[in-house]
Parts: sequence; C-alpha cells; structure tokens
Amino acid sequence: MTDTSHSQPPQGSAVSRFLRATEIDQGFLGRIGALLLIWLGFHLYGAIFLDQGLFLTPRNLWNLSVQTAYIGIMATGMVLIIIMREIDLSIGSIMGFVGVVMGLMQVDWLVPILGLGHPLIWIVTVAAGLAMGALIGAFQGVLIAYLAIPSFIVTLGGLLVWRGAAFVASGSTIAPLDATFVLFGGAGPFAAMGSTGSWMLAILACAAVIWITVVGRNARRKHGFAPRPVWAESFVAGFACLVILGAAAVVNAYNWAPGNLKIYFEKLGEPVPEGAAFGHGFAYPLLLMVVIVVAMTVLMNRTRFGRYVFAIGGNPEAAALSGINTQAMKVKVFALMGALAGLAAIVGSARQNSATNAMGVFDELYVIAAAVIGGTSLAGGVGTIYGAIIGALVLSSLQTGMVLIGFGDGSYQRMVTGVALVLAVWLDIVYRKRMK
Amino acid sequence: MVDRTGTPLVELRDISIAFGGIKAVDHVTVDLYPGEVVGLLGHNGAGKSTLIKCLSGAYQKDSGHILINGQEVEINDPRDARAQNIETIYQTLALADNVDAASNLFLGRELVNKWGFLDDAQMEAETRKIMGRLNPNFKKFNVPVSALSGGQRQSVAIARAVYFNAKILIMDEPTAALGPHETQMVAELIQELKAQGLGIFLIEHDIHNVMKLCDRASVMKNGQLVGTVDVKEVTDDDILGMIILGKKPAHLAA
Ligand SMILES: Nc1ncnc2c1ncn2[C@@H]1O[C@H](COP(=O)(O)OP(=O)(O)OP(=O)(O)O)[C@@H](O)[C@H]1O
Ligand SMILES: [Mg+2]
Repeated sequence: MTDTSHSQPPQGSAVSRFLRATEIDQGFLGRIGALLLIWLGFHLYGAIFLDQGLFLTPRNLWNLSVQTAYIGIMATGMVLIIIMREIDLSIGSIMGFVGVVMGLMQVDWLVPILGLGHPLIWIVTVAAGLAMGALIGAFQGVLIAYLAIPSFIVTLGGLLVWRGAAFVASGSTIAPLDATFVLFGGAGPFAAMGSTGSWMLAILACAAVIWITVVGRNARRKHGFAPRPVWAESFVAGFACLVILGAAAVVNAYNWAPGNLKIYFEKLGEPVPEGAAFGHGFAYPLLLMVVIVVAMTVLMNRTRFGRYVFAIGGNPEAAALSGINTQAMKVKVFALMGALAGLAAIVGSARQNSATNAMGVFDELYVIAAAVIGGTSLAGGVGTIYGAIIGALVLSSLQTGMVLIGFGDGSYQRMVTGVALVLAVWLDIVYRKRMK
Repeated sequence: MVDRTGTPLVELRDISIAFGGIKAVDHVTVDLYPGEVVGLLGHNGAGKSTLIKCLSGAYQKDSGHILINGQEVEINDPRDARAQNIETIYQTLALADNVDAASNLFLGRELVNKWGFLDDAQMEAETRKIMGRLNPNFKKFNVPVSALSGGQRQSVAIARAVYFNAKILIMDEPTAALGPHETQMVAELIQELKAQGLGIFLIEHDIHNVMKLCDRASVMKNGQLVGTVDVKEVTDDDILGMIILGKKPAHLAA
C-alpha cells in the first residue's frame, strides 16, 4: 500500500465516496440499520398479526427513551472499562445496594430530620448515591490496580458482596420515595420537560451542532489541513439537526393521559379546559443520559484522561513508559463506573418509585452487552460512547418490542437478547474481516 | 573530538539488577559525555536493554548509582527520567497501536488549548513538521499506528524521542526496521544531535554503524561489562572479539 494523498481523484462507488467524504463509519451505519430493522420488524409484526403496529408510536418511543436511559448511562462507563482491557461485573449489585441505601436515607433517615418533601432530601440523597457508587468503584479499582487482582475476580466478588449488602440493608421494599427524587425516573408526564422546553432544547442542540461543525472547520484550516467538502459537512450537520428535531416532534406528540391533565389543573384550582392537550416532551432521564453522553464523549476525545484510557488499552506498557500513572487511571475509571452505577440507581429506583434489594439484577450483563453490541472490543483499545448508546437502544428495543408483541415473559426476552448479542458480535467480526 | 576532561553527563556506577535468579546486569559501570555517542554492544540477552531501562525509569536498579552532571539522582519511573531530559527509543518501540502517530508522539505530554482540552490539530501539525525531517515519505497521520509498517512505526518512536529537546538520548536498536535511506537519515540525525551537545547511548548490532557513529563502545556479556574502548583505537575485529570472547583485546588490556 502506498500513502494516498488528498489530491488523488476520488475512486470507488458513489456510496463509498460519500462515506469517505462524510467520514461516517460503516459499522455505525450498520448498527443504525439493524436498529431500524428491529423497529420496523416489531411494528410490522404487530400490524400484521395483532392488527395494531404498536412499536413506532410516540408513546412507545417515549417509553423506549426512558428504558434506554439507565442502561445507556452505565454503558458509557463500561466502554472505558472494556477499552482498558478490564471488566466490571459488580455494577448491577452496586445499583441494588446504593438504591436501597438511598431509599432508607430519604424515607427513614432524612424525613424525620428535615420533614416530608424538604428539598434537601433529594439533593443529599442524590449526592450520597453518586458518592457511594464512586467510593465502591474506587475501592474495587484499588484492589485491581495496586494489588493486581484481576478485575474479573474483584468485580465478581463485588457482584456477590454488594447484592448481599443490599439484602442486609433492607429486607423489604422501601416506598414511596421523595416526590422530587422520583422525577429522575421518567415515570409519567411530570418527569418530562414538556413541549415548549423540548422544542427550545432541540433548537439549541441544533445550534450547537452547527457551531461545532464550523469551529472544527476553522481549526483544520488554521493548520493548513484540507477541510472536508462543504456539502459533506452540511449533510452530516443537517442530518443530525433533523434527527434532533424529529426526536422532539415524537416526544411532543405523546400527549398526557386525561387523568394526569386533571391532576395538573386541580393543583392550579382550575377546571380542565376544553380540548387541552399537553405533549410529554423529553423525559428527564433521557436528558440525563444525553448530558452524560456528551460529557463522556468530550472526556474520551478531547481530554488527556480519555487519551490515556485509549493508550492503556492499546499498550499498557507503552502507556506506563510514557509516564502515565496507569494504576491511578484504573482507580479513576472504576470510580467513574461506580458513580454511573449510582446514577443509574437513582434513575432506576425513581422510576419504580421504590427501592428494592433486587434492583439491577442482570444489569451488568445488559450493560456489557450494550457496550459490545456498540462496537467496543473486548480485546481492549477500541470503543465509542455513541456506539454503546446504540447498543443500549438495540437491547431495550428488543425488550419493549417483545412485550408489545405479547412475549413479555422475561424468559423469551433473555433468549432474544442473548441471541442478538452473539449475532451482533459475529456480524462485526465478518465486517472487520471484509474490511481487511 | 569529544572532550572528556570535565564531569560526565551521565554516569551509571556499579549498576546491578536481577530477575529471579538471573543477574541481567551485574555491577556495570559506563559513562557518557556531552556531544558523545557511546555504543552498547553484546550478544542477545547480554543485558544492554536492561541496563538502559534502569536509566530510562522502566526498571529500578537493585543497586548502584546514577549521576547526571555529577549529581546523584533517583530515577524511579519514566516521569523521573523525562524530568532529567532523558528520552528513550525502546527496542519494542513502546507505541500504543490503537491511536495515531501524533497521539503517540505526545503521549503523556499532550498539547492542550487554553481550556485544557486536547489540541489535536496543533499536535498533528507538529508531528507533520518533525516527520518531514525524519521520514519525508510518511503520510499516514490519521490512522492508528497499527496500520503502519515496521519502519514507519520506528520513525514515530524516533520522532517522539527527539521532539522534546532531550539532553540525553537512549536509542535501543533504532534502525533495526529501517530501510537504507531512512537509516542514513537517522545516522545524519545522530551526527546533528551530537553536534548540538547531546549525549547518546546507542545500542546497535551492526559493527559498521558502530564504527561510523560512535565515539566509544562498551561491550557487555552475560550481564557484565567486558570493557569500554575508544572506537578510533580499535578495529572491527577487536570489537567482535570482545563480544564473542568476552575479553579486551591484548594490545588494549592494561
Ligand atoms: N522483565 C524481565 N523479566 C525477567 N527476565 C528479564 C526481564 N528483562 C530482561 N530479562 C532477562 O535479562 C537478560 C538480559 O536481557 P536484555 O533484554 O537486557 O538483553 P539485550 O542485551 O538487550 O538483548 P538483545 O540484543 O536481544 O536485545 C536476559 O536473560 C533476559 O531474559
Ligand atoms: Mg535489547
């Protein structure tokens, strides 16, 4: 192979030229395609056999966004862990333990001190949940990094220990939770931002996309690198804006149930107006996930921390020889993963409006599956945050889809999920071979 | 002519390190003056790489002393070595395969903008500049280094070592994978760096390169130092004899 320069005439089919100019990863397109196929498949199955295509409805897509959120939040952290050639099997149990402690905290400990509904209750609880998750993760990270115990073993131990601890902490379900805390869960219309806010946010997000595109172009030009063709960049940015606005339209099209309208207007002391219709808008847990995704993407691609995570995954010895403190990095990444498990515990228990010691069972496996379906390589060194989110979307689409078409029993869901995981990785292997 | 009357730039005094029962380096003493190239020679497994890794911070010596400009220093990890302006090209190259040339070149010393975010464009521009000097045919700036040839990878490792204004350079078989043209460019680079007053430890198996590039040669065998000779006072065969027999040639043995 000789080096190709920018001046060579474009070659290959129109499609491959398009992909090269836009720098869109084919694996990414494949995953999006698979996702759309799953969506269409469930919808058509419903339309044909059940006389009702229930999948591609605003209501289902809104629920899908909520369901994806907490697996997605943890999957972003798992990407870092797997890139560093480690694994974390303990996060489901951390969720359970942290969830129970947060439940006890807001219901049994803080209410007597502060009084019911005090705003400090949710603030203290959330802070404590994040801190607990981070501390547990950091502790496990120390065992992994400084005592050189394999992460598989440490976190397998953690899986047992923290689940046991959750049972010790509380044998029974703790409910109901603090009314503000519950908003993190996205259960019902009050845990969403409404249509006006959603439109405004979508427009802001589009502005951000355009701004990033322009800034990126200027940076390349400043150093004299060939900028990407204008049409390619406009296409990518335009398409991204379309997706954002489309998402806003979908969540706004999902209207409040009449019962909730009544509750809302009763609080205002007014009768429900004729023809009143409120769109849900983006659910809070979805917003939370988007914030995490943006932050984690910046962390991985724009900071030293992310660069070191990649380097350690690519060649741990080289990273150490470059002066990177690989042990401290490991502790930090496991602490981050723990904090994200804490955040997932907040979202998860808020969604159920209760804390149970069984929360998060099997979730570590779904989270790992999401990261892997999203293209994170178990060999280390390779993975993307957005990929993991697509992976989480695939998994939650399969789960909700199975429920919608009447296979809601957990056993079928697990079988389908398992098959999807193996299939996804096999397709990835086939694709990579063909690329070579 | 190298002036060896002052204090040496580097002195490795009586260095020993063992792995399990194996004495990889056994009471070895070598030194290096500014503007000097000292060749380290010996058969495979003689302990050359292990010795210089004690200086680069990759290993910690079991005993002995390291002096820089006459001052004893502690080098416990690669950061300590970098702080002493010691740069190293490792035999294994020590590149992270999954990231590109610029990321490797600046690994651990990334350029950041005023908000503390990575300035990838600036790093790529700097990488293009230095690679233009070392290997003008190099064009693969935006692919992971796993997609590079052995020689291209070696150029990246060399670029990393010379970019950061080292005072002491350690080169562990730097041209093993290079073509004749690139090897010639590295030879010229070594002369240039030497002229700038750097001290260079050069591990090299090719006797011709040693005779051409080095001022002195230290030969090791089974972890021990056979001896150090002035390259101008010996022939190729003398050095080969030292490597194979483990003895200084008779006419030099004092
Ligand atoms: N990390 C290690 N663990 C155990 N033994 C080691 C280690 N590093 C080096 N050794 C041993 O120390 C001895 C010296 O090895 P070293 O790599 O320094 O040789 P070398 O002179 O650089 O050889 P070459 O010319 O093949 O590069 C060898 O016997 C080797 O097996
Ligand atoms: Mg060696």
